[in-house]
Amino acid sequence: MAYSLKAPGRRFVIGVPYTWLVVFFLLPFLILLYISFVDMGNDISPFKPIWDSETGLLHLKYDNYYTIFQSGDGGALFQTLYIEAYLRSLWYALCTALLCLVIGYPFSYFIARSAPSVRPALLMMVMLPFWTSFLLRVYAWKGILADQGVVNQVLLALGIINEPIQMLYTDVSMLVGMTYVYLPFMVLPLYANLVKMDFRLLEAAYDLGTSPFKAFWLVTVPLSKAGIIAGFMLVFIPCVGEFVIPSLLGGPENIMIGRVVWDEMFTSNNWPRASALAVVMIGLIVVPLAIYYHFTGEAAEPKH
Amino acid sequence: MADATPKDNYLVTEKLVKRFDEAVAVDEVNLSIRQGEIFALLGSSGCGKSTLLRMLAGFEKPTSGRILLSGQDVAPLAPYERPFNMMFQSYALFPHLDIWENVAFGLKREGCAKDELKTRVGQMLDLVQLTPYAKRKPHQLSGGQQQRVALARSLAKKPKVLLLDEPLGALDKKLREQTQFELVNIIEKVGVTCVMVTHDQEEAMTMASRIAVMSKGRVLQVGSPQEVYEYPSNRFVADFIGSVNLFDGKLSIDEPDHCAAQTAIGEVHVGHSVSGTLGMPVAMGVRPEKVSIGKQAPANVRHNLFSGRVKEIAYFGSYNTYIVVTSSGVRVKITEPNGSHTNTLDITWEDDVYFWWDDTDAVLLRN
Repeated sequence: MAYSLKAPGRRFVIGVPYTWLVVFFLLPFLILLYISFVDMGNDISPFKPIWDSETGLLHLKYDNYYTIFQSGDGGALFQTLYIEAYLRSLWYALCTALLCLVIGYPFSYFIARSAPSVRPALLMMVMLPFWTSFLLRVYAWKGILADQGVVNQVLLALGIINEPIQMLYTDVSMLVGMTYVYLPFMVLPLYANLVKMDFRLLEAAYDLGTSPFKAFWLVTVPLSKAGIIAGFMLVFIPCVGEFVIPSLLGGPENIMIGRVVWDEMFTSNNWPRASALAVVMIGLIVVPLAIYYHFTGEAAEPKH
Repeated sequence: MADATPKDNYLVTEKLVKRFDEAVAVDEVNLSIRQGEIFALLGSSGCGKSTLLRMLAGFEKPTSGRILLSGQDVAPLAPYERPFNMMFQSYALFPHLDIWENVAFGLKREGCAKDELKTRVGQMLDLVQLTPYAKRKPHQLSGGQQQRVALARSLAKKPKVLLLDEPLGALDKKLREQTQFELVNIIEKVGVTCVMVTHDQEEAMTMASRIAVMSKGRVLQVGSPQEVYEYPSNRFVADFIGSVNLFDGKLSIDEPDHCAAQTAIGEVHVGHSVSGTLGMPVAMGVRPEKVSIGKQAPANVRHNLFSGRVKEIAYFGSYNTYIVVTSSGVRVKITEPNGSHTNTLDITWEDDVYFWWDDTDAVLLRN
């Protein structure tokens, strides 16, 4: 786009969010990056300065990163607790995103295809949970999934089971919680995409001999690709670093990376290692994001 | 016309009705379309022509009535089961597929073999002269090119009937004129039976072999472009197609070879008979270009000679339009072609003029 940046108003409008991002995102990240390369401190300060003013030596410490990938000296590569936590986080984030997609797609499709007059109400219902506290909603799932919870009580009363099924503090409860919380982030971009779709394209597909089911796969799904990717990223990325839901609903053995960072920070008081873990996590997220933008950048050529 | 052959009744609608809630969109339409002809449904928006086309395509289910293709009822078939293909007004090209894939879309669905697919798509792209653009995406083409892709896509499956929804509606005027001939050429080359919907009478007249004029869900007249223009069967058709001077009056003479009506302008004669009673209200219609104008009255004209004063003159390049107002206050529109430069009529504003037309050039219209 050939918009000139000379107009002061335009500069200001663009400058404000950028300033915000520099001050509250880039600077903290640089500080994080800095801490990840220094030594652990003592009780007074959690980390040592990189520049030793007495000896005049630079204390760049790569150990924080080494220990993420290698346990102990000469230990096996990529077989650390951290790598496990990363992989687990990515896996759960992937599962959550897929679950959200499977549930959210028909949901969004239904809203987009409903009469324009009822769409705002349906969308409102998607966003309604945001009006209550996030923590409250996650806690509510405890009540639903606990051994004495609603689900087990109903199943017991119906005689389907004889004793409560352990649902809380398992993968199931964690995925249920994460899928529930992140579903709107899938539904909204998908809806925004699907509602714009030209219904005549489906008619054209029918006209050319495509059954409605096939037309969905050949026309609707490919055309909503951008919405699928956007929704997927919006769910996947925050899920990788999710801390609260796994802590409240997840099992003790399935520790995700958010929890590990927390533990390093507040239990071990090892800020440099926590920082290094966070930096690696950002790397893990930025790579898929870069891939995403690479592909959408190609797709985002002018349409007319 | 000779006896009806299967060719004449290739595509037939029988008492086709479509109701949306209480509104009747299509009201007992009976049409019989010949094999290989281009048939136009002409009418203003909301006349039911698009609903009729959508019923033919299968997108709308008829409330009652039948659609017969070679005698077989296709109304119960879903759009993807019908041997009809449609070219959409918006073209509805798949934006995620390139031109080649768009044209191949329908063929692939019927499990066309790879080699045949290649030849067929190649033929279609040749036909519409878009072979060099095969790998482009629809949005990279101009409107006219997109229209040709849409045509190629709808012809690729060799449909029994091609449906065109406002085929030139999305093009600008200049391109439209050029495209309509191209379109007809291609359709005639392929020899497909074609039903088109348009609100543009010029488009219908130049492209179609027959026209059905529709209003309020009903078909008012079916005929060749000449028939509907020269012999409109009623007032609406006369008024809708082209422009016309209408003189309301009462039937005063009714003979086997001519009749006349007493109107505000005087007695107007036409050279055909009418089955009716004297005194019944009728309208006399005469096209502006059938009316002659001059400063002197011609010697040998017995009927339909009137006088008035020129109130407006409009110069359109190839013809002039005069608005003449008679002493009784009737406005008459007259157009005269601009022939050679020396042949200009020496008529100007506020001139008193005579105007006249042949008995055979006017039509009597029932109200």
